Parts: sequence; C-alpha cells; structure tokens
Amino acid sequence: MGAKHFGARVTRLEDPALLSGRGRFVDDMKMSGMLHACFVRSPYAHARLLDIDAKPALAIPGVHAVIAANDLPDPMRSEAMPMLLPNPSISALCTQHVLARAEVYYVGQPVAVVIADTRYIAEDAAAAVAVHYDALPAVGDCRAAIEDGAARAHAALGSNVLSTFQLAYGDVDAAFANAPHIFEDELWQHRGGGMAIETRAVLASHDAATDMLTVWSGTQTPHIGRRMLADLLGRELESIRTIAPDVGGGFGPKAIFYPEEAVIPAAALKLGRPVKWIEDRREHFLCATQERDQYWNVAIAVDAEAKILGVRGRMLHDSGAFVPWGIIMPYIAAATVPGPYVIPAYQLDTMVVLTNKVPTTPVRGAGRPQAVFAMERLLDRVARELQLDRAEVRRRNFIQPEQMPYEVGLLFRDGKPLIYDSGDYPKGQETALADADYESFRERQRAALDEGRFIGIGIGNYVEGTGLGPFEGVTVRVLPSGKVAVATGATNQGQGTRTTLSQIVAEQVGCRIEDIVMTIGDTGAIAQGVGAFASRQAVNAGNSALLAGQSVRTQLIALAARVLGVNESDIDLDNGQAIAETGNKPMIGFGELARLAQGIPGVSLPAGQAAGLEHTAYYTPQQAAYCSGTHVAEVEVDAMTGGVKILRYTVAHDSGRVINPLIVDGQVQGGVAHGIGNALFEWMQYDENAQPLTTSFADYLLPMATDVPTCAIAHVETVNPLNPLGVKGAGEGGTIPAAAAIIGAIEDALSPFDVHCAETPLTPERIVAALRAAGAYEKLFAA
Amino acid sequence: MTVNGKAHARIVESRLTLADFLRHELGLTGTHLGCEHGVCGACTVLVDGHSTRACLMFAVQANGCEVTTVEGLTPERGLSVLQQAFVDNHGLQCGFCTPGMLVTLTELLRENPSPSEDEVREALTGNLCRCTGYAGIVKAALDAAQRLRGETPSRSPASGGGEVS
Amino acid sequence: MKPAPFDYHAPRQLKEAAELLATLPNAKILAGGQSLVPMMNFRYVVADHLVDLGRIADLRGIAVVDGWLRIGAMMRQRELETAPEIAQHCPLLAEALRHVGHRQTRNRGTIGGSLAHADPAAELPAVCAAYDAVVHVASIRGIRQVAFADFSTGFMATALAPDEMIAAIDLPVWRQGHGFGFHEFARRHGDFALAGAAALLDVGSGNVVRRAALSLCGVAVLPVRVEAAEARLVGQPLDSTLIRSAAAAAWLIEPVSDIHAGAEYRRHLAQVLSARALTDAARRAGVDVPNVV
Repeated sequence: MGAKHFGARVTRLEDPALLSGRGRFVDDMKMSGMLHACFVRSPYAHARLLDIDAKPALAIPGVHAVIAANDLPDPMRSEAMPMLLPNPSISALCTQHVLARAEVYYVGQPVAVVIADTRYIAEDAAAAVAVHYDALPAVGDCRAAIEDGAARAHAALGSNVLSTFQLAYGDVDAAFANAPHIFEDELWQHRGGGMAIETRAVLASHDAATDMLTVWSGTQTPHIGRRMLADLLGRELESIRTIAPDVGGGFGPKAIFYPEEAVIPAAALKLGRPVKWIEDRREHFLCATQERDQYWNVAIAVDAEAKILGVRGRMLHDSGAFVPWGIIMPYIAAATVPGPYVIPAYQLDTMVVLTNKVPTTPVRGAGRPQAVFAMERLLDRVARELQLDRAEVRRRNFIQPEQMPYEVGLLFRDGKPLIYDSGDYPKGQETALADADYESFRERQRAALDEGRFIGIGIGNYVEGTGLGPFEGVTVRVLPSGKVAVATGATNQGQGTRTTLSQIVAEQVGCRIEDIVMTIGDTGAIAQGVGAFASRQAVNAGNSALLAGQSVRTQLIALAARVLGVNESDIDLDNGQAIAETGNKPMIGFGELARLAQGIPGVSLPAGQAAGLEHTAYYTPQQAAYCSGTHVAEVEVDAMTGGVKILRYTVAHDSGRVINPLIVDGQVQGGVAHGIGNALFEWMQYDENAQPLTTSFADYLLPMATDVPTCAIAHVETVNPLNPLGVKGAGEGGTIPAAAAIIGAIEDALSPFDVHCAETPLTPERIVAALRAAGAYEKLFAA
Repeated sequence: MTVNGKAHARIVESRLTLADFLRHELGLTGTHLGCEHGVCGACTVLVDGHSTRACLMFAVQANGCEVTTVEGLTPERGLSVLQQAFVDNHGLQCGFCTPGMLVTLTELLRENPSPSEDEVREALTGNLCRCTGYAGIVKAALDAAQRLRGETPSRSPASGGGEVS
Repeated sequence: MKPAPFDYHAPRQLKEAAELLATLPNAKILAGGQSLVPMMNFRYVVADHLVDLGRIADLRGIAVVDGWLRIGAMMRQRELETAPEIAQHCPLLAEALRHVGHRQTRNRGTIGGSLAHADPAAELPAVCAAYDAVVHVASIRGIRQVAFADFSTGFMATALAPDEMIAAIDLPVWRQGHGFGFHEFARRHGDFALAGAAALLDVGSGNVVRRAALSLCGVAVLPVRVEAAEARLVGQPLDSTLIRSAAAAAWLIEPVSDIHAGAEYRRHLAQVLSARALTDAARRAGVDVPNVV
C-alpha cells in the first residue's frame, strides 16, 4: 500500500470553520441560565489573608454569589491541589489551595470569585469585595531568595530552596584538572510566557437529573483535568466529563490544572446553574504560568583541538510560588545541555527556588532553550578563543550517526536512560549551513562592514526528547453510515491534530479523509487520556491511530472476504469500499459491513468474528523519541540604536518521518517566532517585591509580522526505529535553539567591538550599553 | 447598526463594547477578544469599511454605521478567495487571530491590490499571531492578491483533505 | 477587562459639547478612543460621563488659512496620512504619521486626541512642538489660542481645563523647498518611540541655515525643543559636521527612565536620532550630506 495520505501536504480539515468565524471556543458557547464569573485576586505578592467582606458586592443587583475558600465543598475547601509530578528531591509539598486560605503567595492569586448575570457586573462586584491583608516581606528574585536573611516566600517553610539535584556522569574533576583550555560563562535567561492569543476559559454545567458535571475548558489536558477535579470535588470520575473544544493556542501554560478550573465547577454545582469564566488578558499576565528566570554558571574544558573534555556548572531556577508541574522543567534543562555533542564528563547542579511570583512551568521548549543557549554560547566562546570557525568546533564534537543509539549517561525526565534513538547531527548542520550560504558569509560580512553595516551569523544545534508517554489512545470504529468514527484523548490548540490523525487512519482503513468523524479532547469519548505537551501527540496518538487503524483494516478485510466469498489477500480497501480484486470485482461498502458486524439479535456471530468493526489502541512508547536540528540566524545590528533585524533564518529539522509537511513546517515556523520572542523581545519583569511590572501587551512584547522572517526549512528525516510510524515530535523544535543562534549572530555582528552577549532577551539598550563599555562611541559625538 | 448587511436596532448599556455586542447580542462569535486593550487585533472588524478594534469601541458609537465581521466576509457556500488562500498556504493554526487577520487583509487588498511582502507585513503589525510565525499568513495574502488580480485561476473551494503542491 | 458604567453623550454641535463638559461631573472626552478606552477597560480611568465628539462637523476639516494649515481636532490620523494638503504644506506631519500606531489605531485615532492625551512618547505632540503649533481650545467661554510650548505642561498633562476641548490645530507652512526629517526608535513597528526626533530646516543660499527646529519625543515627560541644537544650526553652512554638533546638543536633555528604557540609553538615542532626522532634513532641503551615524 503506497503512502496516499501519510507524508502528503494535506490541507487542514479544521480550516473552513475557523476561517468563516464558526470556531467553537469556550466563550462562544452559551447555555440557558448561564452566569458569569470574575475572580477577586491578591494585589500583594505575599501577605496573610485576614478576612473577606462580600457584603458590598452582594448588594449590587445582578450578583448571585461571592464564594471564598470556606464556601467551597470539601475536600477543595481545605486541601491543596494534588501534586501532578512529585519528585523525591522536592523538599515540601508545594501546591496551592484553589482559593487562598490564610496566606497569599503571588500577585493575582485567587482569593474569591463573584458570580453574576454578566461579566461586566461581576467585575463591578469583584472591585467591591473588601479583602483585608497583612503584607509580608516578599521574595522577588531567586538570587536574593538564597541569601542569608532572605525573606521567606512561604511563611511556613524555613527555606526558599525547594529542591537541589545533580545530573552527572564521567569524571568531571579530572577532565577539568588536566584540560589545556577552560572557559566559563555566566548567563541570565529571563521570564517569559506562552501568551496564546486566547486566554484561559472554563464553562461548567451540572445536570441534576443525571448528576453529570460537564466542564468545557481551554485546556491542553482534559483527562488530567477531569482526574484533578474528581479529587478536589470528591466525586466519581465517571460523573465528570471534561471537554476541550477549539482552543486558541496552548504552548504549555494550558497543560497545567489551575485553581479556576476547580472553582468554577464548584460554583456551578453550588448555584445549580451553568457558570462561565473567561480570563482577561490582565489576569493572564498575573496568573498563567510562565517560564525561565534562570541563572547559569557554566564552564567547558577542551583540548587543543577544541574537542570537549567536560562541561560543568550550576543553575539557579526560579520556580515561583508553587510547583504545579514539579521540577520537570529545570530537570529537562539540565538533561538537555549535552545535546548532539560527545561530552565525556558532565555535571550540573541545579537549585530550584521559591519566590513570590506566579509559578514557572513548561512553555514551548520546556527548559531546553535555556540548556541549548548555555551549550552553544560555550562553543562559540571556544571558537573565539581558539580562533576556529564556530561550525567547525561543533563538527569536531558531534555524535556521529554510526554511534546511534547513543547513550548519553543521564536519566531523562521520563525516568528512562537518555538514549538518542536516531539522528544525523552532522548532516543536519551541513544542510542548514549550505541552505544559509554560510561559506560565503564572511565575504558578505566584509562587504557590509565597508558600507558601515554590522551583520552577523549564528548557529544553534539541539537534541530534543519528544513523544513522551505514558500513552495517548485512539479508537477507530466503522459506522453503519459508512463513515469512520475516531476518538482520541489527544487535543488540539492549533497543531492540526484532527488532520494528521485523519491522514493516518484514512491511510490504514482505506476510507476518504472527509469520511472521518473525529472527537478530540473529550473525556466522554475515550476512557483514558493524557493531553498535549512535550511534543508528544504525533508519537503517542499517531501510533495509536496506526495500530487501531491497522486492526480495523484487518477486521474489514476479514469480514469482506467472508461476505464476498474471496480470499483475504484479494481484498483491497479504498474510498470506503472493500473491493475484491478478482473475477467481476464485487465490492461492499464499509457501512454495510458495519451493519453486518453488529450481528442479528439472538444469533451468534460466526467463529472468529469480533463484534463491531472497532479497535482502541493505547500505544505506549518505551522511551522518548529524539528530534534534532540546526538553526542558522543571520542578523543586522544597528550599532547606533542597538536595533536588531533578522535578515535570514534557516532551519534543518529532523522530526523523523513527517506525517504532513505543511503542518510540520507550520510548527517549526511558529516555534521560531517564539524563539525570536525569547531572544529579543519577551521579558516578564517583576520588581524586587515581586510586583509584576509588565502586565499588558504594551509592556510585554510579542513578535509582530515585521519581526519574524519566513524561515527556510529543510527536513532531514531519520526514521525513529522505536515506533511503528517512525515519527518524532515537532511542536517545539522551532523554539529550542533560536535564542542561541540569534544571540550568537548578534555577538558575531559586533565582533569588531569584542562584545560578549550572555542574556536573553537581549534588548537594544543592553547592546548599546555593551558597545559603550567597549568604547565604540568615544569618537562619535565630540561636543 | 447594519452588520453584514443586516439592520439591527437595540437598546444597550453604554459601556457594552462593540465586540461584546457582536458576539453576545448578535451571536456573531467569529470576532474574538484576545486582550481588550487594543494591541492583539483579534477583535478587528470593519466599521464603515475601515479596520477597527472592536474592543476599543462602544456599541453605541457604531450607531448608524455599517459593520462587517468575518462572517460577512464569508460567502453563502464555500470560502472566499482570501479564505481559500489561507487554507492552501497554511495561514492558520488555532484560528483565534484569524478573523482579525482576514478583516485587516480585506482592507489592505481593497486599498492596495498589489502589495509587496513588506507592505503586507507592515499592514499586519496590528494583528498578533502566536501560532504561525506569520509566514503562512503572508503567503496567503500575496497568493490571494494575485488571484484577485486575475493572475492565477481561482481554485474551487476544496473541502479538507485536498492536496497542495 | 470591562469598563465601569458611564453615561454616553453624542452631541452634534460644538456648543452642546462645551455645555456638557461644563456641567457633567467627572466627564471625559471620547475622541478616537485608542488611548482612553484601554485605560477604561483596565479601570485605570473611571468616568461617569463620556462626551463623544465624533459627530461634530465643526471639529473636522483641513484648510490653509493665512500661511497656516488649520486641522480640525477630530480629523482621523488615517485621513491626515493620506491628505494631499498635509503632504504639500506640512510634510513633517505626514512623515511622522507613518510611525503612529497601526492602521486600526490610525483609522480611529485623532490628532486632537493625541495632543490632549499627551503621552511623552507620542509623535504628534513632538511634531507640533517643532512647528510651534497653535492649539485652538474651545469651552463655554469661547475659543482661545494656546501656543504649543504653553500647551504641553507636564507628564500626560496639558493646559486644557477639565471642561475644555481642542477644536483645531494650526501648523505654520514653512517655505516651499524646506527640509524635514523624522526618525524614531521603537522596539517594534508602530510601538511608542523610546525616543524620536522631528526636524525642520529652512536652508538658504550657500547652504546657510535660515531657520531650524528640532524636537524630541520619548526622552522627557513632554516633548522637548532642543533650542541649543537650533542655535548651533542657524546662520551656519549646513554640513555633516554641523549636524553632528547640533545633535550633540541633545546631550543636554534630562531623560526619563522606565521599564522600557533607561535615561542613559534615551540620551544616546536622542543624539543618534537627532543626527538622522537633521540629515534627512538637510537632504530634502537640497543639501547633500553623508550619513552622520
């Protein structure tokens, strides 16, 4: 069977509805009797919560209730949210109460919720709720948090250090002791966020007759959300249905389970009416989880030929006030540093620290961009000091394709040894460099310099563990109408899940893509699910779709052969028909086969025939699937203003076999935009008292259409030998090495001034300050 | 107010924004709210033909005006040339910013039927996208411009599953 | 982010608007709404009454009157961007408008609104400062003229009394063939300038500068006329050395510091952008100078 759909640039099934304004996002949904919510939030980063006076709010016409912690049902009233990803190194159970009880820990933490006829009225009332706090000293910086005498982020915890752990292998001390060259660097990578254009949203409705609680949530993980809610409400899992409808972007923050996702259903239960909460952008800035604020001290030891002998360092990670996603993100960062290089000895000590800011959880890249930034900056330094070409330094240290599978020597965050299954890193870099016209760049740079222009080029390489387990199920069922129903726990926030899974199922089952009826992200449609994060859906759901599709294919062929009276080997499945390729080519439609498969009441099925034409598969990956890639950024720096323009951006990307190149290219391009944001624009700033300073799109800068060039994207497909489809994840690769490549390019552009760049985002102001310190402007403005 | 060619008369609270009026009073939920402070452009509609942030206008201000939303840019059957160009060029992922993009591009192409890539990008700076990295949107705009100028035969609107080279 | 409740008024006559502003408590003017409404949505601004000036014909129009270009306060920025009278008589304004916000904000935003809002980083106030514009202010007491230097009084503050509105702005028409230049530096296209410079040059025979105006936005709490720079220019033959010397005078400014940019950086930008704006102005006045920075 040839690849008809798999690997094709199939246009997306999701598009027509979204383009004509017929998307169905949570706020588009209306229910009879629906009420609206607005949360009352702490204006303090750290304070004791004394009392809440709701009377002024309740007096406002149209207000139905003001709910605080004591108004909630048990167990959520007094028990903190379950810890999703516990780890033995975490010293204290550190999750929130859904509504604050005695203490608040970050600006924006929810304290109460107002339920009213409209959001307008709910906001009026929320402003009228009188909450009394007793301010406590707040921790605004993770470096300050570990100093002697630092304020405590949690009054009850003696230390702000939540976890310390080390990732290491080989003899790092020996490597450094005898090294001909050692180079060190200090790096600062600032906070940023996913900032999907749709904010968070929850609509909850309880049907008293069936005691079914239905929750629509703009979430990446409806099944996880349902389990959390069942725990917090003390309800049977089966009495809750969570649905993720159209979701306007995820990028990580929507994978977390938030307090609001528990409080709104509790309100709906309490009031006996549907309740809708749509987060506004200001709330999103305060409360949606963020990423980074990491301080790295790293060192590399190399020999005279620039071959790496060892890498070691320390990382300080700002976790914010809680750890809803455990310590996954700093762990991933620590495990990603070695990347595609042979590193004989490695040691990274990580300290995860509490502050009074909103928690940090994985955002596109999930800690890997920081790791890649550290590694690639070190390699650029090696090249500079040893006067070698930066691509050459990398080339000399690559893991070679013959060395696959390559055991790095660490445990990955999935609990398994970090073993790269496949990849051709030299080819990836070679491809990207060729596409970027790297060879001729020095000439271009010299010509530009003659014109007084400063251009530079930078390289970033990465390896990314994707396709994490435990599973993502897919059910395929042929319907009596002839259509093929597919259900999956996979979700969609723009990555085209419906389209890619349809391609796989259509290919296996032999139906048309348009005859597939798919239910995504609905706990009522499939019993078990996990959700979208860590670039896992293509591997998990993709392979489940393959296995379920293959099983249904087998069943269709068997039944058709029996009915048509031919050998199974004579049956072909195409366009929803089973056709016997012999004689006068009799055929039978899938719909009729489905009806036959339902049997006749009272009559046994023939031996060997299963009921219905369906199969549910939960493919379980044995380990992560390792993607890789090389990015090459070419930039121009206006040395007078510090302004940076990206002239050209080239990507070579290995995400295994590609299901739909249109979609994968879109993911890479979109990921690069986040990377550009991280490198040049995005910075969630707080003051030393943990008060957020950037709380609107005027202050927190997202890249615009004029900031993101169209990337040249080459696919280097090394097939993943570990899963039947041979695929790897593709959602984050565009982001991971972008900051490294761009900052490297800026440094290269400014090499006449010998400026060193070690932070992201790198703002024009910092560039000018660095140039001034290097004496660049001395001659310029003689008074 | 005339919305997508249909006249409406309502009495509303002064502070009800045009965006909320369109979405909740008229049920035209294609116009989205992404920031409510006039930066993201997800709420962009045409008011008397001009691209406007519906989150920064009160419904009462649009009294007597003609408003066009993404629903009004969509033909009875199938997709417009611009919408089809988005399909063919992967101009959307989550779709949340998309209606605003379509409205802004409709204005651009009406004013400038032959925009350069730079002109397209500059026209789109008032519309933020977090998914696509803009490349597909820009391609779609240039592709649609070409088709509308009659330089490429219009494709018949394909249902999902069509292939693009 | 929904605004607090208010009563909405849409007068059709200037007189009616003036009376409303004089009598209604806590009333705000609604012009383009691109600055006011976000603040209302954040509830940073809470108004009991909004007086929408959008239906008053007397507040619109562009006319040349005795060597001045008179622009109605409620002219939309988009209209000014494409108006032939602006391009012909006040090209500095047309040039600056290209940097103001995005097409959606220019479709609604007005020149009067921008001047009344008085954001330190806004381009239009700086342009008016360079021109020594005259602002016509209307109230129930009639119409008074305010020189722009007196109009801008502090951080987002103007000489407007709570019951006054801008009716029109007069910009003087510089001699035909004059040079103009506008340069700003913003983080992204259409963002408020971290710093910006607006320059006007009238150059006579021998390339001698007859008249010069240089103003800066974004560097102080209000737009700044760099008189020291202008003094260095007037009466001197224009070349790149003179431009560099004039731009260096921007060093004398005391810049503001906020989360977007620090004082040191703004001061540096002021010099760089002044040089670039003056260079463009020189070239447009017919003096061929090389790039200064």
